Parts: sequence; C-alpha cells; structure tokens
Amino acid sequence: MQWVNDIIQGILTGGLYALFACGLSLMFGVMKVVNLAHGDLAVIGAYIALGVITVTHVPVLWSFVIVVPIMAVLGYVLQRTLIQAALDRGVLITLLVTFGLSVVIENALLQFINADSHSLGVGNAIITGSFSVGSQIQIAYLLLLIFAVAVVVLLGLQYFLSGSRYGRMIRAVADDQEAAQLSGIDYRHVFGIAAAIAFATVALAGIAYGMYSQFSPTTGTDTILLFAFAAVVIGGLGSLWGTLLGGVVLGVAQQIGAQINQSDQFLAGYIVFLVVLALRPQGLTTRRAQS
Amino acid sequence: MSVVTDTSVRSEENYRVTRSRRNVAWTGAGALIVVVVLALFPYIVYSGTTSLMVQGFIVVILASMWNLMAGYAGLVSVGQQAFIGLGAYFVLILAQHSLSPFGGLPVAAIGCGVAAVPMWWLVSRLRSGYFAIATWVLATTVMLFIEKFPSIGGGTGMSLPGASGYDPTLLIAYTYWIGLAVTVLALVTVYLLLRGRLGLVLTAIRDDEVAARSSGARVGLARMLVFVVAAVGCGAAGALLALSQLIVQPGAVFTVQWTAKMAFATIIGGLGTIEGPILGAIVYMVLQQTLQSHNAWYLIILGLVAILVALFARRGLWGLIDDRLHIRLFPVGYWLWAPGSAGRRGLGKRGISPRGISPRGISPRGISHRRGGRHS
Repeated sequence: MQWVNDIIQGILTGGLYALFACGLSLMFGVMKVVNLAHGDLAVIGAYIALGVITVTHVPVLWSFVIVVPIMAVLGYVLQRTLIQAALDRGVLITLLVTFGLSVVIENALLQFINADSHSLGVGNAIITGSFSVGSQIQIAYLLLLIFAVAVVVLLGLQYFLSGSRYGRMIRAVADDQEAAQLSGIDYRHVFGIAAAIAFATVALAGIAYGMYSQFSPTTGTDTILLFAFAAVVIGGLGSLWGTLLGGVVLGVAQQIGAQINQSDQFLAGYIVFLVVLALRPQGLTTRRAQS
Repeated sequence: MSVVTDTSVRSEENYRVTRSRRNVAWTGAGALIVVVVLALFPYIVYSGTTSLMVQGFIVVILASMWNLMAGYAGLVSVGQQAFIGLGAYFVLILAQHSLSPFGGLPVAAIGCGVAAVPMWWLVSRLRSGYFAIATWVLATTVMLFIEKFPSIGGGTGMSLPGASGYDPTLLIAYTYWIGLAVTVLALVTVYLLLRGRLGLVLTAIRDDEVAARSSGARVGLARMLVFVVAAVGCGAAGALLALSQLIVQPGAVFTVQWTAKMAFATIIGGLGTIEGPILGAIVYMVLQQTLQSHNAWYLIILGLVAILVALFARRGLWGLIDDRLHIRLFPVGYWLWAPGSAGRRGLGKRGISPRGISPRGISPRGISHRRGGRHS
C-alpha cells in the first residue's frame, strides 16, 4: 500500500515538474533558445507573488491574475531586447547570455532581498489540506490542483498552437523562419509572443512551487531548472505530452527514492534521468522533436 | 582554381608565412621571465599575497579549460564543477590513505580525465543548450552521490589530513609553487594542442561542421579529447583548491559558481584566445578583491559585464588589444606576409589572399568573425 501511495504522490508531483518544463520546452521549440535563466525567472515569479500578496492581500490562489501578466510582459520585453540580441549573434552567445542572466538574477535576489526561505499561502486550508483514500493514501488538494493546472496549461498550449492564428504563426516561424518572413510574418514579434506565453507558464510554475514548498534565491537553479530539464529529456524533446510523462516519471522516481532512503530522493530522480539518457536519448515518447 | 595555383607558385618566391606577426622569441623570453619572477614570489611577498595568487592560478586554469571547450570546440559546459569536486575529493581520499596531498594532485587530475570518458558518452548525446544543462545535472548527481559516503565527510565535508605536519608558511609556499607549475603546464598544453592537428580540426569544425565531417575530420573524437583535457585541468584545479583550503566541502566544491567564475573570466578576457582567460582571471581577481565586502555584488557586476561583452565585443578585452596592437603571446594561427613587406604590413588585412590562407581563415580562433552563419 505504501508503494501505491508513493506512485500516486509521484504522479501528482509530476504535474508540478511538467509545469516547470513547459516554458523551457516552448522557448526551445520555437526560438531554439535554451534558457538557462528559466528557473531563476520562476523564482522571480514566486517573489512577485509574495510581494503582491503582502501588498494587496489578494488570496494566494488568485495571485496569478496579477503575476502572470507581469511575467508575460517581462517575457516579451526580455525576448525583444536581450534574448533577440543574443540570438542574432548565434547559439553560443545565447547560451552565455542566459547563463549570465541566471547568475545575475540569483545573486541580485540574494543581495537585494536575502537568502531566507519563503513560502506562499501558509495556513490556507486548500493549500495545506488533504483528503484520505483508504487508510494509507493521503492526497493533498494542492498537488491535485497543480496537476490539474498543468494538464489545463498543456491542453491550452496544444489548442493554442494548433488552432489559433498566433499559434499558426508561431509554428510557421518555428518550422522555417525565412519562409514565414516572406509570408509577411514579423518573426521578432512572434518570438516575443511565444516568450510571453512561456513566461506566463513560468509564473504559474513559480507560484505553484512557492505553495508546494519553500523557495529561496538558489531554488531556481538547484531545483526548478534541473527538474524541468530532466522532465523534458525523459519525456522527449519537443513533445508537449512527453513533458508531462517525463515529469511523472521523475516524480515517481523521486518518491520511490525517498521511500528507500530519505536523502536519496533527488539522486534517484537524476539516476533515472541518466539511465534514460543512456538507453533512450530521444526520450520515452517515440515521437522525435519536430525540428 | 587558377588563383590558388598562382599563389602557391608565387609563395615560393615572395610570400612568407610565419606563426606570428611579431617575433615570437621576445614573447617567449618575456613569458619565461614572468614565470621566473612569479616563482620567486614566496621569498619576497607575504603569505597572504601568495595564497591570494593561488586563488588566481585556480581561476586561470579553470578559465583556460573552459575557453578550450567553449571558445574552440563550441561546447558550453555548465557542469565543470563536477571535475573540480572530483579532483578535490580524489586528493582527500588519497590523503586519507596516507599519500602526501601534493602527490595526490597528479593522480586526481588523471582520475578526473578517466571519469570524464563515461560522462562524455552520456552528455554528448545532447546538443548545445541541452548539453549545457546535462553537464549541470551530471555535476549535481556526482555531488549527491559523494554525499552518501560518511567516511569522506558526507554532506558536511572534511578537513584534509596529512597537511598538519607542514610548517604553515612552507605549506603555503609549496602550494603556490605547485599552483604555478600546474598553471604553466595547463597553458602550455592548451597552446600545443591548438597549434597542432587538433587546433586545425577544431577550426574546421567551427567554420563548417558538415564540411569538416565530410573531409574526414573526426568531430566527435576531437570534442571528446577537448572534454577530457578540460576535465583533467579542472580536476587539477580542484586538487589545488583542496590543498589551498585544507578542507573539502561538497557544497563549496560542487557549486555552479565555479562555472560562473570561469565563464565570466573567459568571456570578459576574450573567448577564443589563449591570452583572454589569463587577462579575464586578473580582471576577476581585482574585481573580487575590490568588492569583497559587498557580498554578491562582484558576481552581479561580473555577470552584467560578461553579458555586455558577449553581445558587443565577443572577443573580449584581448580581442580589443589584438585588433589594435597585433600582439599574440601564443600564436596558433599563421600570418601571411606580402612580397616585399619588410615589417609591419601583413597581407591578410587587405584581403588579397585567397580565403583559407588568410590569417582570419586558418588561425584556430574560437569565434568566427562572420556574424551569424553558424549551423549545427
């Protein structure tokens, strides 16, 4: 019964990891940008949520209404300025710039806020509550909610990319930038839109993590970026639903690892990642990356 | 075709091809004097200065290795701290088995090179950006794995045994000399590698990977060699770190800040030049010492400067110096002299020489002067 519980908890945590991975996957899929500052931006989202809640006293669960637009605007601006400037100079420079950004954000948070851990929504009944199934299985409302949000975000992204006008433009630019330009698409603007969407999911990931656990300036790289990346690679590069599968596999591996030895939680997750990388580098879902 | 034949005929008569635009003997003699003076430092300065300089040596070694990967082989690794940590832990484990900490250093460096081979097999499956994060995950995994062994300090770390027998001043002096020796060895290795066949292969890959592959360049092998050499260098630096700190803590040796330091020093000094990382390490040490009392500020400033340099002066400080003064302390390319040009004027700048022989064409610099245009 304990194992069943672990697997259920792992699957639900996988939703959180899939949420982490959405933005990373989208930015790579559309712009070929591997954003090494991804995790730190999620932490910024969490800090903005903390600030918004302290100042306006909105309920924690509704803080996203304010944080998501802020992060989306930040994403658009950052893409149109810094990231586009780096992209014009090649893949190597883009990596160096996002890595620089990651270090700057982390140390700026340490310098201007502090190294203390914070968390969102302590004492909120929905966030800390849970319900029991049988005698051994306890399911937290929060994890269920996050999993549902992850599924909704993935469904929304899929619908948006396949159905809407902007989605078609994003896919066109991702497929062939020059041909899209010839058809009258301003690819810089489309990149900006894609970055805005990616940053919106990053904001959700940051808030979700802030409610799920404690965050500090170093959380962005230690946890969010590496877990997001592991989920993307396990699931298969470029596949949206593969990301969810990757997150679930990572979550289950971590829960089982924690069950064997409390301190082995993260190690178990990374070992599964390395095994997948060794045996099946294209990821668990057979569909290869579109590009 | 006729142009090429024409040139080769003429080159026998008038053209001269040299490694450098200036006389190498002078820079060689200069380098020797610098090394000798540096070797005398423990006799003339306080031990505080020498231990600070050991930190500088570590940054020079790390930056040179990172430059070899990012600047020449196009490999951006964010996980070099894996080898720094492994190097430090190899020294610790060997010292526990009553080997002198100083004797442990070469073993640690070689051990890191051996460990790098299976790691390369894993991370080389991913390209550019994802390669970067994969190295990071690997470094974290190595740290989590090492933390599982309480006999080498577990999660809290352990002080280095075997060093207590030495007089403190003597210990610092020994560490300094070993640091200097490793630094010189690292720079000479990088220089010789890039001067030789590997340098040409890497340049070919940088200019056009597909063309290089189809011409028989063993791209994967060249990149693996660079990764392994960088692992050896970073392992030696990690061993040096353990010797200078006399304590090995997993959180301190496996932190990604090491990669941040080596990357920023390289980018600011000049990516794709051998001189750049040395210059960058000096800039780094000066900034770090100046802003020491302001906590995280030096990394914020270094990061911002590195971003600006990467965007607007991609060959860094040394690139600016080279463009104006034509100085190369470590010439790895070739310079083509026009017939009858006695001294200053090379032909390359005027662009008469066919592409491929011009200094821009074949010098194994890390970054092409053409904007964009790189496909991988």
